[in-house]
Parts: sequence; structure tokens; C-alpha cells
Amino acid sequence: MNGRRISYFEASARMRLSGLVDAGSFSEFCPPEMRQTSPHLAQLGAPQAFDDGVVVGRASLAGHAVLIAAQEGRFIGGSVGEVHGAKICGLLDKAMVERPAAVLLLVDSGGVRLHEANAGLIAISEIMRAVLQVQAAGIPVFALVGGSCGAFGGMGIVTRLCAEVVMSEQGRLGLSGPEVIETVKGVEEFDSRDRALVWRITGGKLRRALGDATRLVDDLIPAFRAAAADLIERYQTHPLTPAHLDTLLDEQARLAARSERFASARDGLEIWQAAAFADASQVPELTVEEFNLQLGEPA
Amino acid sequence: MEQFTLTLPSSTLPQDIIHTAICGVVSSGNLEVLVEPTATRNACEIVVNTSAHGFRDIWEAVLKDFAERHSVGGLRLSINDAGATPAVVSLRLDQAFETCAA
Amino acid sequence: MSEHAVFDRLFGTAGHNVISEGQFLHGSAQLGNESITVIGTRDHAAIDGPLALRIADAILQAVSADATTHPAPRPILFIADTQGQALSRHDELLGLNGYFAHVARCVDLARRQGHRLLTLIHGEAVSGGFLAFGMLADRICALPDAQVRVMDLRAMARVTKISFERLEELADVSPVFAPGAENYWRMGGIHEIWSADDNWSERLAAALVSATETDDRAAIGLERGGRQLAAPTAQLVAVA
Repeated sequence: MNGRRISYFEASARMRLSGLVDAGSFSEFCPPEMRQTSPHLAQLGAPQAFDDGVVVGRASLAGHAVLIAAQEGRFIGGSVGEVHGAKICGLLDKAMVERPAAVLLLVDSGGVRLHEANAGLIAISEIMRAVLQVQAAGIPVFALVGGSCGAFGGMGIVTRLCAEVVMSEQGRLGLSGPEVIETVKGVEEFDSRDRALVWRITGGKLRRALGDATRLVDDLIPAFRAAAADLIERYQTHPLTPAHLDTLLDEQARLAARSERFASARDGLEIWQAAAFADASQVPELTVEEFNLQLGEPA
Repeated sequence: MEQFTLTLPSSTLPQDIIHTAICGVVSSGNLEVLVEPTATRNACEIVVNTSAHGFRDIWEAVLKDFAERHSVGGLRLSINDAGATPAVVSLRLDQAFETCAA
Repeated sequence: MSEHAVFDRLFGTAGHNVISEGQFLHGSAQLGNESITVIGTRDHAAIDGPLALRIADAILQAVSADATTHPAPRPILFIADTQGQALSRHDELLGLNGYFAHVARCVDLARRQGHRLLTLIHGEAVSGGFLAFGMLADRICALPDAQVRVMDLRAMARVTKISFERLEELADVSPVFAPGAENYWRMGGIHEIWSADDNWSERLAAALVSATETDDRAAIGLERGGRQLAAPTAQLVAVA
């Protein structure tokens, strides 16, 4: 297998993990042989997975200690159930003790697992609190989004709590998936089968242009690795400072300005136009390199 | 879900396996296989958990073929299946074997 | 029961000054000697970007005011009545998840600045709308009429492809997926459910006393038997 050209989008959670960290450095917590599976799936006659759809552990990345979680999007949409969520919470608790250089969340999830919806919703809120606590302690959490399920539902909120959000163009980030909106509000509101539209509303190039993603990278595992390594280095020299009143007032002003400026916007083209791309309609065709070169300040 | 365990005679795996291994993902038409060492050196224990009911005969044929083709005595294979075809099952078993005996 | 009738029961008719503007609530109230900031949503609000920003703004104002003028930060009482996040292409385009994350950061700041945080669920608390702020409080209380859920069973049956009848049958024995405040209570997601006969002022005062800064929900879910794997699993990882 040629490790250099592996698509992040196509890879499994375990492949992403092993390609992302320093070779041989990963050690897994609560591994498959512990069989910490979800009893709730069995109750509903749905198959279980030995890792409940998330791999968590410790590794080094470019020589720095990291804690890392990778969600498997192909197992029930990377959804968060009781065990799945608790593994991520436990990892974040561990970060408070071990103080790694960063915590990496390889998010690939539609959000709450409906088979155990209540447990999943509570778990996501516990993950939110844990991410906030870890970052208040000065440890940055990075979200990496480039899998087939993107980052939606509660995991979309968790992703935006992270100090850094690295995305590929194929990655998608939002709250309600297009299918949900189409089902409730009708196809004229959001046609979920219009793939180009879906990517203009949720995809990496739109999120980067808005500043919701802090890096846009190619859909390759080494590209995600390089971005993560670079960000870790940056936090080594400029440590994360906990959010205080002024930073949140700034963010409030930024989001209020976004709502006002794009009060009636319904398409990513309008955002790209505002971000001063020479020709917004050509943005989907740009390579990541061209895109990053042409992007001035995020809108 | 349907669950059953088979113990199939097989020649002992010549080298001690270095690590447990997991292969595949539980998604529609696919399965995961977890390989672990056991003390029973002359047989392979296979635990199947499948969402497809009523295919035990086919499972047995595929698994017997696997235990005959490879020396897997001393291994336990645990399978979570979401309706994979026999060809996919065979492929994953071979991959799991190669990974753990590498 | 209107939220103002709820406030009358909590604070007495003269003890609250909470203004409703559309689906947004904000103001202050007096509980004994304690002055409380009230922030919330009403009328089963679907929370969109602008509403999220109003909630965040009110939290930031409370933090900012108490940092300079009050000897001790006042508790914040969140009133959650939400049918969930707004569902629209526009809100998704602008990144509603990011607006909710901003609200969550503001809640976290208030906690770190020493504000005790309480949520009272009145009406309904659903999915993303509940996640945005209500679920992040130190202590979460539900009024007797509270409806809490991710999704109703019929929609859940469609998505999971499990028959509605089967889900309904299982809902009676398992708290893990079926709607209901009682289920969330058993899983530790809600600390207390008040009854119609309770003295709500006393319950609120007691809740303020028991509010702890650390997230105790997994431990409570284990103790109450509704969520037996969360705490042990997190522990397995934490000690590995």
C-alpha cells in the first residue's frame, strides 16, 4: 500500500490514525479485545463493534505527545452512543492529568446515535464540557474533519469548540444534515441530492472562507498530519490562553457581523464573493493550493 | 442478531502471534474480525455475531474452508457481521490472518 | 402554564423582572437575599443564529456586569423551552453549530468566573437547542410538564429502520432512547424533576446550594442505574 497517496476520506479510522501519528507510537486505550461494546444496539437487533466506533489512545506526532480519538464513520455513521461518548470523555479527562501537547479529535460523525439517543445526547454535552475544561487548562484540542460523515449534530458543535479545525474540501461541517432539513422543510429549502450545493453549504472551502475552519488541506492523510504537526509547533511557542471576556466579546461581534452581512444568504457563492475571490463560481474548481493562495482574510 | 461459536480443527499456527489484530469495519455488507491467541493449540475457535438470520450453513462452509487453507490452530476469531457476502467474509478472514501473523 | 406564572411561583409576583422579547427571555429576580440573572427561551423556540447570539450576549453582559459592580457573581438561571435548532439552509450556511459553540463558550466563561448555573426546563428541551446552553449548567431541573427528547419515536423508527411498534415496546423498559424527562433523570442528564405540589422557591434555593462546578452526570447516571457504562468506560480510558 502506498501510504503517501491514501485518501483521508476513503480511509478507515484506524488507517487515518496510523498514518497521522509517528510510526509505531500509538497505544490504544480500551482496545477491541476488551469488548467494551454497546448493549443498547444488541437490544435493538443492530450489530455491535468491538470498539463501539471510536479508537482512542496516546501517540506522538512529530515527537510531541498527543492524545487522540478517531471516529469510524462507517459504523452507524460515526454516531455517539453511551460507550463511544464515554471513551472520548475519558480521553479528555486523561488530558487534564497528562497534559499532552494537544488532543486530536478525528471527527467523522452525524452526531447522536438514535438507538441510544438519550445516552448519546448527554454524552455529547459531557464531551462539550470536557473540551472546554481541557482548553481552559491551556491544552489545545484540534478537530480534523475529512471523513464521509463529516461533523454534524452535536459533533458539529464540539468541532467548533476546538481551538483549531483542519478540514479537507471533502469534509463537511454543520449542525443539521441536508437530509434532515429536506425531510422537515421540503426539497425546495434544501435539495440533499444536489451534491455540489451540499458542498457549497457545508464543505471545507465554505467553512475555511468563513473562518470556521482554520486550515484547508488536501484529502490526503499526510496533509492532515503536516497541518496537525505545524499547529502543535505553533502552540509550543504560543501557548493557548483560556477564553476570557474580551475574546468572547470579539467573537460575539464577529458572528453578529456575519449574521448581518449575510442576512439573506443561501449559497456559499455569496460568501466566496465577499471573501474577495476573483471569480466565486470557479472556487469549487480551485486546487487547495490555489484556494489558500487566493483566500485573503476569511469573511 | 444470531450468534454461534464453532471450534474447527486446524494445524497449529507455526509462529507465536505477536499481537491481537482487528480487520474490517462493521458497516452494511461488511464485517470486522478480531483475532486473539488462545491456549487450544490444535483448533481455531470462531465466534460469529451476525445480523443476517438463517445462514449458518453457509458460514460453516466458509469458515471450514478458511481453517483448512491456513494454519490457525491456537487462534480465536470473533466476528461482528452486518450482512457480508461469503466472498467478503473470506477476504476479511484472510486479511485478519495476514495482519496477525505478520 | 406561562413562564411568567412560573416566575410568580418561584419568586413571588413582585420578585421578578423578566422581559420576553419574542422567544427570548431576560431579566433578573430575587430569591430571598439572593439576586439571580434569568436568561432563556420560550414558546418552544427553534434556536437560530440571532437567538443564539442574544443568549450569548445576555451571558456576556451578566459576566461583565458582575465582574465590576457585584461583590460576588450572581447565579444565572437558564430557562430552556426549545424545540431544537432552527432548520434552514441559511442557518446551516452561516454555521449555526459555530453559533451554538459560542454560546457554550460563554456559559463556560460564566462558570469559570464563579457564576453558579442552573437550568429549568419548562415546556420542551429537544436535541441541539438543549445542547446549546441548557445542558451545560451545573444543575439541571425540570418542571413537571417538561418534555425532553432527541427525536420522537416515529421519526426515530424511520431513521433507524426499526419498527415503531418494537421501539414503543422497548421504550417501556429502557430509558436509553425513549423521550421523557424521567428517562433523562435516570441517566443523570437531569438532576431533579419537580412536582406540581412542590414549593418551587424552596426547590430552587436548594438546587442553588447543591450546584457543583464539576460535571457529575455520569456518576449520577451510574448511581440511578440508567447509565451504567458511561462512568466505568471513561474510567477505563482515564486509568489506561
